[in-house]
Amino acid sequence: MKNFGIWLIRVALILFVLGLFFGHLASESYRITQPKSGVMGFLSLRPLHVSSAYLGIITAGLGFVTLIIAKMKTTRFGTFLQYLHFSLWVIALLGIFYSYFTGDFGGREYWEFNPIWALPIFVSFIVFLVFYLHQVGFSMKWPVYYWMWLTGIIFFIITFIENYLWIFPYFRQHFIADMTIQWKVNGSLVGAINQIIYGVAFYLMEKISGDEKSSYQKLSFAMYFLGMFNLMFNWGHHIYLLPTEKYIHYIAYAVSMTEWIILIRIFYKWSQQIKENKQFYYFFPYRFLMASDYWITINLTLALFMSIPAINLYTHGTHITVAHAMGTTIGINTMIILAGVFYFIKPTFNSAKWRLYGSIAFWIVQVTLLLFLISLIGMGVQRAIWQAGLTSESFSKMSSSSGNWVLLFIILGTILMFSMASFFIYLFIQSWKKNELKIEE
Amino acid sequence: MLNLFAHPKRIFLLLIVCFLTFSIWIYAIPLFSPTPYSEKELHLVAEGRLVWQKYNCHTCHQLYGLGGYLGPDLTNVYSRTANNEAYIKGIIKSGVKQMPAFKISDDEMKALLHFLKNVDATGTSNPQDYQPEIIGTFSLEKK
Repeated sequence: MKNFGIWLIRVALILFVLGLFFGHLASESYRITQPKSGVMGFLSLRPLHVSSAYLGIITAGLGFVTLIIAKMKTTRFGTFLQYLHFSLWVIALLGIFYSYFTGDFGGREYWEFNPIWALPIFVSFIVFLVFYLHQVGFSMKWPVYYWMWLTGIIFFIITFIENYLWIFPYFRQHFIADMTIQWKVNGSLVGAINQIIYGVAFYLMEKISGDEKSSYQKLSFAMYFLGMFNLMFNWGHHIYLLPTEKYIHYIAYAVSMTEWIILIRIFYKWSQQIKENKQFYYFFPYRFLMASDYWITINLTLALFMSIPAINLYTHGTHITVAHAMGTTIGINTMIILAGVFYFIKPTFNSAKWRLYGSIAFWIVQVTLLLFLISLIGMGVQRAIWQAGLTSESFSKMSSSSGNWVLLFIILGTILMFSMASFFIYLFIQSWKKNELKIEE
Repeated sequence: MLNLFAHPKRIFLLLIVCFLTFSIWIYAIPLFSPTPYSEKELHLVAEGRLVWQKYNCHTCHQLYGLGGYLGPDLTNVYSRTANNEAYIKGIIKSGVKQMPAFKISDDEMKALLHFLKNVDATGTSNPQDYQPEIIGTFSLEKK
């Protein structure tokens, strides 16, 4: 086999379906009043849900990059690197799930598995970096998305090493420094993955519009560097409440506010965007990109307000943060990934009937996701009021009084699970058929 | 006009150098933060953090608002009640509501309690203890 990209995408689609399933089971825990242990307990279900979704996004990102760059040239060394990367990645995934199913924890939030399984992840990324540079080379001028992919891979490696600094007692003994580094890692890792995924979005946009110049324009590079700058320095907004060095908070506050530039640019291009939306509406890869653009606007607005420390003081530690995280992973990352999978696997529908089914499922996902996020914000507001001391109820009573929001959250989550899974399963089946688009070199 | 973006490699390298410098500065924080704890106590704190991870406590609980949402924030649980150690031990060993009972050894319990005591001493996670300011930040001093 000369291109493992399609296999990585298939693995990602399986991970997404698992992520939805475990997420649904985990959401049920909010209604259960009895303790539950073992694999079906929340202690296992939350890591299973988060890791399936998060690793699914990473796997899909690597799959798209592989699919694109593996076609640039075929060498024995390149093929060997692909084999090695894929094998290490699958070993890591199997190890992580084994760890969760046997209750062998020991890691940290989002990476709860036994730390031994971090090794194959780390080595696989080193192999992927070598493969990337081997395929892409330095002889030609790089479009902006090549830089974004390189940034994503390199920063993943750097921050992944940081992610395990806690194994040294020097860090663990100093709680505040340890927490600072932990959330520095979480912020930058998400930024690194976003660079890979947004790079894919850039690539797709270029291919769909046929405008290759935009990938070399100053403005594209300016936006890329702004994203990279935020990846490196805006993570401090996670820890405004943590009594760490004040300059970390001030840097994060100042850097986060630079994202207003992105929001202003979106509104500046709004009318052009609407025109484009109408033109390509029936082309599914474009339609999912269009959806991700709208979700960027919603999530960025929410994120910008949450990055203001005085507002963050009340939203921090509430489900409003979860709404932001879900909005980004589902609304932005997953929409771009679905756009990519449609583009590479099933760019057009052959029959009007299937196109109609696709359209219905598409709108169910978008509307349900919006309501799902509203239900999370509702839970968050209730908790924020309690945290601010505006009600003197106990934690347990406050949680119980969110019952209606929780019920809505579970119902909408279930609809979201079925509607999104229908896309993943459909695309997984289509990936075995010969209807893929020829990738331009 | 100078076109910075004609040389993305240079900006890329410059940003990476800035990031690494900033990171090393953060790693050095413990070196410049005097601690009132003995070596033995610090060892217990470090072990307690591992117990926190081993039992996945963060899945449901938060420290400084960071963690799960099913249970309450535990930053200041150590000083919440008068007989705090017995209270915490009781909850961990017998469970409550959705929280299962944990079979935790005495050594692990000792380390976990040291860890929670250490966390509690670092500050407060209660938003009511803070004062928002006009420039968008907040401070610990209530006005």
